[in-house]
Amino acid sequence: MKRAGFANYWLPILLLLPQLTIIAVFFYWPAFNAVQSSFYLQDPFGFGSQFVGFENYADLFASKEYAKVARFTLLFTLLVTATSLATALLLAVKADKVLRGARTYKTLLMWVYAVAPPVAGLMGVMLFDQNIGSVTDLFAWFGYDYRLGVNYWDTAFAMIIVSVWIQIPVNFIFFLSGLQSIPQHVREAAMIDNPSGFGRFWQITFPLLAPTAFFLLIINITYALFDTFGIIDTLVKNNPASNPMTLVYKVFVDGFRGNDMGGSSAQSVVLMVLVLALTIFQFRLLERRIHYT
Amino acid sequence: MNLKNTLLANAVALGMATAATAQTEISWWHGMGGSLGETVNKIASDFNASQSDYKITPVFKGTYEETLTAGIAAFRAGEQPNIMQVFDAGAATVIGAKGAVLPVQDLLAANDVPFNIEDYIAGVRYFYADEDGKMIGMPFNSSTPILYYNTEALEKAGVTAPKTWEEFQSVTAPALKDAGYVALSQSHMPWIFTENFFSRHNLPFATNNNGYGGTDVTINADAPELKAHFEAFKSWIDNGYAGFFGAAWDDNAKPFESGEVAMWLGSSGSFGGLVQKADFDFSATVLPYWEGVTKEPKQTFIGGAALFAMAGKSDAENKATAEFFRFMTSPEVQYMWHKETGYVPITEAAYEMAKADGHYDRFPAAETGIQQLQLPAGDWTKGYRMGFYVQIRDVMNREYTRYLTGETSLDDAFGAIKSEADKLLERFAKTQG
Repeated sequence: MKRAGFANYWLPILLLLPQLTIIAVFFYWPAFNAVQSSFYLQDPFGFGSQFVGFENYADLFASKEYAKVARFTLLFTLLVTATSLATALLLAVKADKVLRGARTYKTLLMWVYAVAPPVAGLMGVMLFDQNIGSVTDLFAWFGYDYRLGVNYWDTAFAMIIVSVWIQIPVNFIFFLSGLQSIPQHVREAAMIDNPSGFGRFWQITFPLLAPTAFFLLIINITYALFDTFGIIDTLVKNNPASNPMTLVYKVFVDGFRGNDMGGSSAQSVVLMVLVLALTIFQFRLLERRIHYT
Repeated sequence: MNLKNTLLANAVALGMATAATAQTEISWWHGMGGSLGETVNKIASDFNASQSDYKITPVFKGTYEETLTAGIAAFRAGEQPNIMQVFDAGAATVIGAKGAVLPVQDLLAANDVPFNIEDYIAGVRYFYADEDGKMIGMPFNSSTPILYYNTEALEKAGVTAPKTWEEFQSVTAPALKDAGYVALSQSHMPWIFTENFFSRHNLPFATNNNGYGGTDVTINADAPELKAHFEAFKSWIDNGYAGFFGAAWDDNAKPFESGEVAMWLGSSGSFGGLVQKADFDFSATVLPYWEGVTKEPKQTFIGGAALFAMAGKSDAENKATAEFFRFMTSPEVQYMWHKETGYVPITEAAYEMAKADGHYDRFPAAETGIQQLQLPAGDWTKGYRMGFYVQIRDVMNREYTRYLTGETSLDDAFGAIKSEADKLLERFAKTQG
């Protein structure tokens, strides 16, 4: 086989340059700045600043509130990821079997994907509102006094429901296409070997879906950690008070609302480390165990 | 072809040159959305129409916090607007940054615009001033917390609006409860129940002259009087005298607008919106006080926001900014702003004009805020100046809510506010070092 290659040493670099420039300007430079300013306490306008070493980090790790936010973020990520993956998988398996009206069914499940997170958050605010929300009325009918924005877990419930709802379509599309790419002869062979639909699913279908599921796992964790910002912001109405929030929202609250540059920089560095760990986990541990066809 | 291009280029250059010499353009970033934003645009277009030397362009930048953050980012990039609106809690950030703004008093003096701080309403004068009383930011949308009440509900219960909290809990609230109402809700605990609580009762809010004396400050957020007030508030909630709907402003205002809650502590600036939203007769009165704490209640200070002239602009543009301030503080513009929005007029002259025009005969509630701002002043009534104050308010909201929902105890909540706020103040002091 002939190896393809570049005759000129500089050409590949030239071709890569636009991409490298974008990464340097929009990732490395801000990341470097964040690391740098996490060691300072500085006036927002940039007049005074004082080198404080690791003090911002020490404050962060000594803070009970930060620990509470971190614990909530973990729980939130777990719940959102597990619930949205499980629901989407169930829907995809069922949709895969539908023969008549399949397109309508699929479209109905997918349209939610087009809703932007802040819009989803606003719909959540309407549904869960203390004064006019229909979900609140439903809870009241069951005798529960649901208080969005007042009760910590009530707000957490709304955040999780809305975040899961908006993420299901993406997972559904991927699972469905994953299911449809399983060869027909494998399914037929399995049908002969094992008459139980449940057993067939876990022994044959699910392992063959593993690459999709793994990809979605990473996508969903990233989504729950970072992309739910708009939902959280609209649900807490830009005023978190005692409501739950995620680590990313906390960076926003301290940095953009509170203008604490040093403290929020330290928080974003912590998040960068988290993403780095997640990436290493993805490539080192899981990729090896997943069988790609 | 060439000739045509040259002519065109010359014409463009000429056009730009004449525009530059004829009109100085300045920008104004603000956080006034909705109908308030329309009134802001009207002030700007009226100014532009009133003369031909200057042109101001208002730009809506989102919430107060977003406006401040956008302004800071722009300043660091050298792209700051001429005028930036900064809200009460952000005042320490912008005034603390020496060299970010031109003190409005200096700006006006340098451009021959007459200025006398005594022309301003008493409660308005010193909030945005430095320790020596020099005005740094020009108060713009100024409001103060007042008590609105549903006239019909109070008549039905056979009570009048309470003057003191003692009267509220022993007379007003029980009667209203019997008449089928929740007596009270409030929309902003840090502002109404904390900052103005200290002012109304003439208690020190922070060391170092409420923070005006420098950044070496500790907060008095765990004052026994304040703790007692919140203990009472919780008991009112628990026995159905008061409703608590979280930290969001509107969630607490809506039950009053819908008639479930009989009295609501909101902003004097809420007046314009209430006239449109409430389908019942309402009026307003001054903020109640605890007779057990003071026999001589004092004035409150302004909330809302001020306009700051950003540094680093040319003399010509600063002149335009000064002229705009001259226009904006004129009695006619102030009265228009007051009438349209419910924010208080900032000068005595505008107040007199509103009185002479019979505005308060038509809407007595519209006068409450100004009357409250003109009550006797005390040692601790001019306001406060604390850095990272937006976060301090967040901590207050968090701990107050936890206390009121029973997640934490009174002592733990106030202990947490005190220690976290002092820590933030200490951190802020270092940013200024």
